[in-house]
Amino acid sequence: MFWVVNIINFYIWKDMFFKKLTVLLILAFTLSFNTVSAKSEKECFEKVSRGIFKFNKGFDNLILKPIAKGYNKLPEPIKKGTGNFTSNIATLLSIPNYLLQGELESAGDATGSFLINTTVGILGLGNPAASLGFEAQKEDLGQTLGTYGVGGGCYFVMPILGPTTVRDTVGMIGDTLVDPFAQITWHEKEMKGFSGSKQDYLGVKAAAAVDFRGDNMTNFDSLEKNSIDLYSSTKSLYLQNRERKISNSSDADDDDWGNLEK
Amino acid sequence: MKRLILLTFSFLLISIKVLAVTYNSEPKIFISELVNDAIKTLGDKNLTQEEKNTFIAKIAKDNVDIKALGLYTLGDLRKTVEKETLVKYQNLFEKYFLKSLTSRLTDYTSEKFEVINSDKKNAKYTIVNSRIAESKDKPEIKIDWRVYTKDPLKPLIRDLIVEGLSLARTQREEFSSILNSNNNDINALFNKLQEFISN
Repeated sequence: MFWVVNIINFYIWKDMFFKKLTVLLILAFTLSFNTVSAKSEKECFEKVSRGIFKFNKGFDNLILKPIAKGYNKLPEPIKKGTGNFTSNIATLLSIPNYLLQGELESAGDATGSFLINTTVGILGLGNPAASLGFEAQKEDLGQTLGTYGVGGGCYFVMPILGPTTVRDTVGMIGDTLVDPFAQITWHEKEMKGFSGSKQDYLGVKAAAAVDFRGDNMTNFDSLEKNSIDLYSSTKSLYLQNRERKISNSSDADDDDWGNLEK
Repeated sequence: MKRLILLTFSFLLISIKVLAVTYNSEPKIFISELVNDAIKTLGDKNLTQEEKNTFIAKIAKDNVDIKALGLYTLGDLRKTVEKETLVKYQNLFEKYFLKSLTSRLTDYTSEKFEVINSDKKNAKYTIVNSRIAESKDKPEIKIDWRVYTKDPLKPLIRDLIVEGLSLARTQREEFSSILNSNNNDINALFNKLQEFISN
């Protein structure tokens, strides 16, 4: 009986995988026609984006920042545990993306990290994998498309979700197809006896956002205080961060400085 | 009389400290000495904010290539703008930069700073890697310093790259956005800079 279930599972998985792969290839193909450069500086609709940015700023001031401030007052083990838990779940998205990027060693490390942290680390609340040398980076489909040479396309801001590009938005939608956690929760598909709901998905994403905002309280305040155009600073930082993640390098570009002596 | 001599001596010591801060020319040691000095001074409870600002302005003018940074930040417009306008820009940029730098440094004063490594890119640039250790409510921050070494005896900082994000590039793109929204009218940028300096 067990082998029959396994065969059925295999065919379901194979069918799902090829459907997903087709969608991804179409997305990548379409995007590569629309973009020519790895750097995306053009705006899709700047005036609208600036308006949404203002709305997001209000949302941050009224809701996210006060929650993050309260969160920062929690005992350290709770904050650490929350950060570890959300990072561990994000590793599930990194594994298929590493595979799609051909990074087999990193995919193995991420799988090792997830298994160790979920078991020894008690559902990911601890991070014993890091001390064993399994350091998983966060990878998403936007990054994977970037490594295929797909440019960012134009830049815009989404309500609540913040800065993005055409490529990263398509990647974000695709993420829900390749991420096992999103499949179980957002798409409410039972997998190996695990089931979840949309609320679980949103709850984890909200916890990750609060943890990130809490960790970067000083950085956000300092950026806001020292910017003469906060919208542009945020855009620049977002695009630089994506470029860095796609190239997996933080090397500074010398050419960018040109020759200032002349 | 003894008190007068002591006071004069103390005054001289402080003046020497403020007027002649020199650091090692080896980029890694240069960054380590400079940042630790800045952190120590900004954390000194015996100094007033005015004295701290004076100190930061002094070490920044001596050790940061503010002129080159200003030109880089202005982008291609620096090649076409008139000389007097460029001088006005450089003056405003220096004031903007010093205010912004003091504010940023004040935000990160009580952190534990450590230089990790350095990478000589070419004869002109060395990247010094450093980190601010994780504290109670802040994760570890990696900071790379782009040090201009054309004169090996007088290294100058040109950029800070925080977690892979260049502050100089961020500033340049911020300025570029203001210029683009105002038909490349540099006066719009002057107004924004002036507004920041006055606040």
